[in-house]
Order: sequence, then structure tokens, then C-alpha cells
Amino acid sequence: MIQLKDIYRDFQVGDQTVRALDNINLNISQGEYISVMGPSGSGKSTLLNIIALLDHPTSGQYLFNRQDVTKLDDNALAKIRRENIGFVFQFFHLIPRLTAAENIEIPMILAGINRQERQQRVMQAVASVGLSDRAKHLPEQLSGGQRQRVAIARATIMRPAILLADEPTGNLDSHSGIEIIELLETLNKQGMLLIIITHDHHLGKRAQRQIHIVDGKINFEK
Amino acid sequence: MTVSDTFFQAFLAIRAQILRASLIVLAMSIGIASVTILTALGESARSYIVNEFQSLGTNLVIVLPGRTETTGGQPPLFGETPRDLTLDDANALLRSRYIAAIAPINIGSAPVSALGLERETTILGSTASLRRVRHLSLAEGRFLPEIESEKSLPVCVIGQTIKNQIFIQQKALGQWLRINDRRFRVIGVLASEGESIGVDFDEIVVIPVASAQALFNTESLFRILVEAKSKSAMYKAVTDIGKIIKARHEGEQDITIITQDSVIGAFDEILTALTLTVASIAGISLAVAGVLVMNVMLVSVAQRTSEIGLLKALGASERQLIELFLAEAAMLCLAGAVLGVLVGQFSISFLQILYPEFPLSIPGWALLAALLVSLTTGLIFGVLPARKAAKLDPVLALAKR
Repeated sequence: MIQLKDIYRDFQVGDQTVRALDNINLNISQGEYISVMGPSGSGKSTLLNIIALLDHPTSGQYLFNRQDVTKLDDNALAKIRRENIGFVFQFFHLIPRLTAAENIEIPMILAGINRQERQQRVMQAVASVGLSDRAKHLPEQLSGGQRQRVAIARATIMRPAILLADEPTGNLDSHSGIEIIELLETLNKQGMLLIIITHDHHLGKRAQRQIHIVDGKINFEK
Repeated sequence: MTVSDTFFQAFLAIRAQILRASLIVLAMSIGIASVTILTALGESARSYIVNEFQSLGTNLVIVLPGRTETTGGQPPLFGETPRDLTLDDANALLRSRYIAAIAPINIGSAPVSALGLERETTILGSTASLRRVRHLSLAEGRFLPEIESEKSLPVCVIGQTIKNQIFIQQKALGQWLRINDRRFRVIGVLASEGESIGVDFDEIVVIPVASAQALFNTESLFRILVEAKSKSAMYKAVTDIGKIIKARHEGEQDITIITQDSVIGAFDEILTALTLTVASIAGISLAVAGVLVMNVMLVSVAQRTSEIGLLKALGASERQLIELFLAEAAMLCLAGAVLGVLVGQFSISFLQILYPEFPLSIPGWALLAALLVSLTTGLIFGVLPARKAAKLDPVLALAKR
């Protein structure tokens, strides 16, 4: 499903060039459960951003469903993201002025889905993350764990094939962290490709495939 | 993303920052209100003056003695030519087949008195045709009789003010009025028509032109009012008048001919230009409001950087982001325009109460233009912030919390 070939990503910092990704080769198939681990600044977030089509590699080839996506324009990339990729962030990234339900609705609004269907799917999504009674709450009225559930509901509302989570438990206490991981794993068992970036080796070990990145290179894989 | 969703999301964003939004709406509405009010004032002044000139008569041509050769100068008000315009000249004009009626006019100032009361006023010598040419109406009695213009007759028609001041609460008809040392019988009273350009007919006494010539001891006419048969005949009449006078004045066309059209046209042009100038000056405030809109939108983009990054990650295209921010700017500006038009309309109504005799109204095109201009301003000044939002790098935008 995802094929990365000889991916390099360089950043210009002042007059120095920093290589964030150094010759990454990766094949990821549907339904996998992958954790990406590594120290800060190792390039794991950059890798996730490139997989998510938010960032462009400096060189290399990226095939998404056998399609070369390095040459697509902004609109096409936005469409692929909208239809195939769900995001979960460390800092939730909920829009503060919108209620939980309205936050979950956003990807469907961008996709131009009609109002009735949106309402229906939001109700289902809210129920599936166990927040039916909190649907009309603003993010500031929810706990960290609840906010991350809203974010997961938003990430999965378009039924994407890929779910990308960047430190999903980084901002949560260990109890809600486990709850969130279990929720993500449930989604993986339903067939969603799950890629989790984490510092936490304990959490990382739960994945069937573990990728360690150091200095922009894949150090080892299990 | 459907249009209604775009506007609804933009509305939610505006609602989240209600104070900033209302300030921008206020700025925009001040601009719109000043444009509409000033346009209304200018437009009303224009229609007021054009109406005044139109009420002077229909297809009116005015013949003045004397001629200025330079262009652009005022026509001479009093004859500066060796050859006066005489009654014979005036009667000769009737030979033209494009002329329906003429009214020779002789004007002067003299004391009038009756029943022991005396005042100085304007005496206007003319013929029965004056009524037709100048659209005069009578409150009582009749106008000057249809007699040969050379014939003098001791009758007069007086204006309302003269009647009220000289014949206080008495019947004026049939009374003798003394003008200088001659007596005239009052045969009619003019209906009050208020101040009209040139002459205030309420303060005037009209007598037969021959009588006025005798009274002021002059053969020369102040001017001749000519009514052409139709609008298209007016210019042919002008040519005829020139020819006839030239023939009578030893080959010299020593008169100035003014058509009502050209006067109205000139005033119309001047006042339209004035209105547009004033409106454009007020338009500067709209530009200022536009810059404010841009400022607010730029702040909005900066504050919502991570939200924009999120929307991009969730699959918003650049186009959708531009649409979202433009919708926000457009809604702010439209709200400002609607408020501004209301404020303008309210102020105009208020002014109308203060000055009821002046015809005030906001022209429809001004309302439409105000709405369009504000919307255009908002969109033009909204494009830059919207593009800025759309071009944000999603990775960097998301990193900002």
C-alpha cells in the first residue's frame, strides 16, 4: 500500500543543511500495526509527515497505492489525505470554538457530504468512542483522554485505510494513555493500517512491526 | 465543501471573535454610511436645481441683448451693446415657424403704494404670453389681457407677498396700486410659487410691457423669453432668432441666446461631478475600512495557524481555505454595508425632518453601489490573508500550538 524508495529529506537551517531522513526504504501493507520509535530529532515525525503527504521528500520515490505521489499537486494530495488518511496528534488539535460533534464533522464538511448523512455518522462515531453524552461539549470542557477520543473519532469518520498517530499518548496520564492505545488497536483489528510514533518503548512493543530510527536512518526493524 | 457549509463555518469563526468582528463591521459601516449620505445630498441638490430650471418653462429659449465673444464667460446681464433689444425685435421673432410664443420682459425697481402703505419692489413689464411661457398660475383674478404689446394699459398683477403687505387682510382685486406716480388697477394675484431661480414671483408686480417702458422711460428690453414649439424645434428656433435679429441689427448678431436645455445640462454636469467627487472622498474611508479588514483577517490567520494546519491535514485544499477566509471577509463587509446603509438611511430621514422642503433620498444605484463596493473591498483586501492561510506549510502550522 505504501512504498518508500530511497527517501531523503533535507532541511535548510541557516546555512547548514540538516538531513532528517537518510535513505529510507519501507514497504507497508494494508492492515499492519507499526510503531516508529527513536530519540527526539531522529526524524520519526518527518517520516510520518512524508507518509501523510504533508511534507515532500527532497528526493526518492513514494508510491501510494502504486501511484507516484511526489509529483501530484496540492488539490490531488488534499483529496488523497481526505479519503485515505486519518490523523491523531499529541496535542489533539481540536478547534476550540467548535463542539466535539462539530470537530468530528469537519472532514465530512471538507469532503462535501450532505448534512443529514453527516449528522448520522457523527452520532455513530461519538457513540463508538463512548462520548455520546459529551457530543455538545466544547474541547475545554473535556478531559485529555476525552479530547483524544474526539480526535480519533474525527480521524476515522471518513473511514480511512490509514491511521497515523503522532505520540497519541504523549499528553495523557498512563491510565487514559492505555485506553487510547486500546481504542486505536481495536480500529487496527477492524483492518485499518495503524502507524504510531512514540517515545514509550513499552507502548511501542505492542506493535507487530517495530521500526527504530536514529539520525534519519532505519536502525533496525522487528 | 458546499457554499452553505463554507459560510456557516466562516460564521462560526466570526462568532468566536465577536468584539473584533463588530469593530470591523463598525469601521465598514461608517465608510458606507458616509458614502450613501454624501451621495444622497449631492444627488438631491442636483435634482433640486434641475427641477427648478425645468419649472421655468418648457422648451424655453432666453434672448439677452449684447454678446460676449469669449467662450466660458457669463452672459451679460444687462445690455452692453449700442443696439438695444426692442419690442419690435421681439415681435419680429414670431415670424419663425418654430416659435410658439414670446414674452418680452422689461424689469425695474420702483416704489409701490396703496392705502397709505408703500414699499420698493421689482416691476416686471411683459405681455399675456408670459403666463404661458413661464407657467405662472393665478390665485385670483386674471392675468394681463391679450393686447398689442405696444399698447400700454393701467392694469397690474401682483405677487402674494405684495398682496399681503400692501393690502393687509383686504381684497386686492379691483384696488388701485400706485407705482411711482402712475396708478394701476389690480386685476389678478399670482399664486404663491415660492423662490424660483432668478425671480421671486411673490415679490413682483407685473404690468404690460409698454407701460413698463413708459414707467422706466426706456425702449430697451431686459430679455425676451421664447417658447419653442417642441424640443426638436428649439435648436432651429435658436438659428432663426439669430437670423432675424441679425437682419434687424444691421448684420450683427449682438445677442446672447441661452436654451433651457444647455443651462440644465450644465448644472446637471457640474452637480453630478460634484456628487461623484464628494462620494469618492467618502470612498477613501471605505479603502481605510478595507485595510482594517485585511488587518483583522491577517491577525485571524496568524491566530489560527494550527487550525489551518489541521484543516490541511484533514484534507482541505488551498482553494477551500481561500474560500473559507474570503467568506469570512465577505460576511464582515456585508454586515458592515447593511449596517452602514441603515445608518445612512436613518441620517437622511433625520435630515429630511430638519429640512422638509429639500427633496432628500438615497438613490437606488447608490445603495447597490455601496453594497458592491464594500463586498469588493472585502474580497480584494481579504485575498492576501486568505492566500497566506492557504500557502501555510501544514507541518510548520501544525507544530505551532
